[in-house]
Amino acid sequence: MLAVLTDPAFAGFLSATMRLAVPILLAALGGLYAERSGVLNIGLEGAMLTGAFVGFVTAYATGSIAVAVPAAIAAGGLFGIVLAFYAVTLGANQVVVGIAMNLVAVGVTSFFYRLIFGAGTDRPRIDTLLPPDFGALADWPLIGPLLFRQDALAFLALALVPLTWFVIARTRFGLDIRAVGEHPEAAETLGVNVTRVRYGAVAISSGLAGFGGATLSLAATGVFLDGMTAGRGYIALAILILGRRHPLGVLGAALLFGAADALQLRAQILPTGLPFQFLLMLPYVLTIVVLAGFAGRGGAPAALGVPFRRLKKD
Amino acid sequence: MGSMNAILARLPAGLAGSVAAVLAAFLVGAALIAAVGVSPVTAYAALFEAALGSANGLAETLVRTVPLALCGLGIALAFRAGVFNVGAEGQLFVGGAAAGAIGVAGAGLPSIVLLPAMALSAMIAGAAWSGIAAVLKLRFRADELITTIMLNYVAIHLVSFLLHGPLKDPNGALAQTARLTSDGRLPVLLGGTRLHAGILIVLVAAILAHLFLWRRTEGFRLRVVGLNQRAALNAGMNVRRAVLIGFLACGALAGLAGFSEVAGVQRRMIENLSPGYGYTAIIVALLGQTSPFGVVAAAFLFAALQIGATTMESAAGVPSTLTTVIQGLVVLFLIGRDAIPLIGDALARLGDALARLGRKSA
Amino acid sequence: MRGIRVAFGPVVANDDVDLQVAAGEIHALLGENGAGKSTLMRVLAGLIVPVAGEVRIDGAVEPLGSPHEAMRLGIGMVHQHFMLVPTLTVAENVCLGLPSTGRFLPDLKAAGRRIRDLASRHSLEIDPDARIADLSVAGRQRVEILKALFRGARILILDEPTAVLTPQETEGLFRILRALAAAGTAIIFISHKLNEVMALTETITVLRQGRVAATLRTADTDARALARLMVGADVRLPTLEDERAAAPHDDGKSNAAARTILAVSGLVCRDADGVARVDGASLEVGAGEIVGLAGVDGNGQQELAEAIVGLRAAEAGRIAISGEDVTRASVARRIALGLAHIPEDRHHTALVEPLAIRDNIALERIGEPPLSRRGWIDRKAVARLAAEVMAAFDIRASGPGQTAGTLSGGNQQKIVLGRALSRDPSLVVAVQPARGLDVGATAFVHRQLLARRAAGAGVLLVSTELDEILALSDRILVVYKGRIVGAMARRDISVERLGLMMAGKAA
Repeated sequence: MLAVLTDPAFAGFLSATMRLAVPILLAALGGLYAERSGVLNIGLEGAMLTGAFVGFVTAYATGSIAVAVPAAIAAGGLFGIVLAFYAVTLGANQVVVGIAMNLVAVGVTSFFYRLIFGAGTDRPRIDTLLPPDFGALADWPLIGPLLFRQDALAFLALALVPLTWFVIARTRFGLDIRAVGEHPEAAETLGVNVTRVRYGAVAISSGLAGFGGATLSLAATGVFLDGMTAGRGYIALAILILGRRHPLGVLGAALLFGAADALQLRAQILPTGLPFQFLLMLPYVLTIVVLAGFAGRGGAPAALGVPFRRLKKD
Repeated sequence: MGSMNAILARLPAGLAGSVAAVLAAFLVGAALIAAVGVSPVTAYAALFEAALGSANGLAETLVRTVPLALCGLGIALAFRAGVFNVGAEGQLFVGGAAAGAIGVAGAGLPSIVLLPAMALSAMIAGAAWSGIAAVLKLRFRADELITTIMLNYVAIHLVSFLLHGPLKDPNGALAQTARLTSDGRLPVLLGGTRLHAGILIVLVAAILAHLFLWRRTEGFRLRVVGLNQRAALNAGMNVRRAVLIGFLACGALAGLAGFSEVAGVQRRMIENLSPGYGYTAIIVALLGQTSPFGVVAAAFLFAALQIGATTMESAAGVPSTLTTVIQGLVVLFLIGRDAIPLIGDALARLGDALARLGRKSA
Repeated sequence: MRGIRVAFGPVVANDDVDLQVAAGEIHALLGENGAGKSTLMRVLAGLIVPVAGEVRIDGAVEPLGSPHEAMRLGIGMVHQHFMLVPTLTVAENVCLGLPSTGRFLPDLKAAGRRIRDLASRHSLEIDPDARIADLSVAGRQRVEILKALFRGARILILDEPTAVLTPQETEGLFRILRALAAAGTAIIFISHKLNEVMALTETITVLRQGRVAATLRTADTDARALARLMVGADVRLPTLEDERAAAPHDDGKSNAAARTILAVSGLVCRDADGVARVDGASLEVGAGEIVGLAGVDGNGQQELAEAIVGLRAAEAGRIAISGEDVTRASVARRIALGLAHIPEDRHHTALVEPLAIRDNIALERIGEPPLSRRGWIDRKAVARLAAEVMAAFDIRASGPGQTAGTLSGGNQQKIVLGRALSRDPSLVVAVQPARGLDVGATAFVHRQLLARRAAGAGVLLVSTELDEILALSDRILVVYKGRIVGAMARRDISVERLGLMMAGKAA
């Protein structure tokens, strides 16, 4: 048993699991804020793509990841505010808005990428963020590859799990978010500003998704590719359902998807006999299975997806 | 997704809203072009000249209209049933693969047999692929928005597997089927261009969809289910059946789009059959207000935009991806029309504030 | 409050309304549905800003722009539909929107202690750590009152607070309110129930069509005078007695032996959480009788009606219409057997609001000739049917093409009635058929139900309004916690016994 745990291939798999889980974990944690406040943030995908792009461009221009990450978060947050304008202020259908925003994000990022870097074939690269050297800690069974072979952004992401729990469960903002997601009219009569809380939640939500997108371009690849998020924002929505919109559940579900992704990468090298295309499908098929198995609106906030309209004042 | 249709029903009545949204999107596009340092007039002139200014340009635009319109019609029917099927992209790929497979296998058959067989198999394959999402929704209550997007990725990988494996042209190096014989190709309508009979399929499909929605009882029920499932149920309608029809119609039409790309344009099934027609068609369906003829008009507009964009890039140096920005903005402006009174209010308040300020200083 | 005017677009909800309430007074705000009571109180609660008029509290004019402002001035409101977040605890609900309990980190423990104090002082039985979803309706109402007191309410507004209570629970509420008034709280009691207003209050302001019809002392008036003020004329709702007077052979006995139209036995329905909402209910409705199903809101009557019409699956038991077992049958089959449904929720269940009136009228019959043949819709036939129904049921609209959602509640309900009753149904299931309607429209609805009874249909009338049940029913059944706990023939009716049954106290 121990032999398996210390096996380098298994350790590599574990470390890849965490690495691949980080972007979707961040996006799903973001989605958690929006959904608990009653807004369905289909725009996670577009916010991720925006974050990946802005993070990449900023790092390319400044050479500093410490500048690039906040820029990506801010860009994602801005994306979220536009989305909130439609979903909250205008009360537009949240699915339609999210899809439209995602399509806009694809267009805007690829337009400006070509504008900045031209349509040439040599892709600009940046130096990716490397994990710090933890020495012997990295060789601890299980914990070593999961934690001590990761970069700083992964630690930030992991720290956000308990932080999110604390914000939602213990703070006034979290109480407001929960109230607004379940019964916005009640919250409004008690003096909670539903619009402001939802704007805040959606901005945080998309900011975190932007962060998640930035980890793709800054830590994972060092390049920006059109549509490089490849549906991860949608997968994050499935993770939210599987994780029951609870930070710890979301962490577990994100690791499961990270594992599926890692397995797919490893298995392409291993002689499994399966065509590689079937392995590539794995995360997507897993998402479908999760939705089929855990859907039904169990545990969803009562006002999820329902626009809130204040009484007219005229 | 029942609530979505309540929103869709509130889309601006008639053409005005759509036209205004398109104009606003072009205006923002003009600002982006100006930011690049190019005159918007020059760029747009190059774009529309290329797309509509010559027989060949017009033919290319119509060729591009076909997949956008067929997918858009399918998505519009699904939306009408309250089904948020965004899986047209995958359904198009599966349909194209089926058409390609039958086209290669049936080489030698007369075109009067072969073409309908290809079209029918593409429709069945597309409908079956969409049917997976339908079963997941009706049986397991899995939200079709995410399942159809996931099925798009699965479909593209599946088709890639087929083209690298069982369907691969044994005499070629690339991942594609063998070339279709002339009996497996849609006839060209205009000599010297690529304009093929697919555009006629679009017209027939639009007329049938229109009759279905407004003159057939099944279409009436589909619309009622999309607007208010509970009221439909209360009136004794079979809601699941209407939802299923929405899914299958979308899949079949998207599959048909795959067939027409294979038989009319590529003349074989290839790996990159669609550069995202299924996604653009979502906007086409919304811009066309989910009414069949509106969808065809919207598809034509976006086709012109896409065809002209390449020329605009080479002639004026504006990245052709500008079209994607404009397409997205069209939807945002379309659903953002509610903001107009809000902006008016804000301006009025600003005016009041300025007036007060003026009085104070005076 | 002086000269209050509130308008929603062209609709004026309040016009030049004056209202004066003293500390320690229980003041009734009386009026029928749509008279503008709730709107006026929402002004006081800071939820609506009036176009004209002023609010003075302790003599000073106060701008009431927000709920915060109203709270600061000591105004608390108990809404008709409770404004409590069901997934949160009592303490969390109380702390919502109250920065004084902790600007960033609300101190729920300290709040809980204060809640216990306050509750024991006003003898309200409340556990601050309980989840709202686990509380009874009366318990939630106590939380609502406590929530207002916690915020320092000196003026307490209660909007139709008894609608969800049994007569006995209502008595308990009255005791609490009298004690609060004795302690100096001003109480505004909104109601359309005359007997409650007479029993509880000292002063009464009657609203009619958004204006004050009268302000009087309770001791100086009686229920009859109040009714006249509310309605503006001596409008009497039709009752079964009128019907019998018109048809002397109808003594109620012949109906008992009549053919059974609806038979329900041992019905069980569960909600999404697995709770049995209908728990072994059995009942029968015969031809030519109206059976009233009385009960406090939330005792499974909606679910029972939904199961009968086919909108909800039955887990156990049997439902038969005209002798045919329809427990698993489609809604379409039940309609074919003569079922007509007047649902409680007009906007979401009965009508497709974005569609035209004509399409709504055709909704149930689109698949049959003459409206369609071989799947092709005959638009002329649809237009003919719409014209007939609109004329017969007096539906006032610009034309059959007008969107159903733009009509008044009364006209919407006429579409629902017209669609269902013009089919000459043998079974009518009417759930709260007069909810939200003014007295004229209510009389119309009741006449239609009596007319179906006279035509030999069986009518199941589900209502939480005892007056409605008492006026129309040949027999009354009482539902409590998903079971039929009592039955009463018309001649044996006793309101007191009904009340006990509705509270589950007697079988």
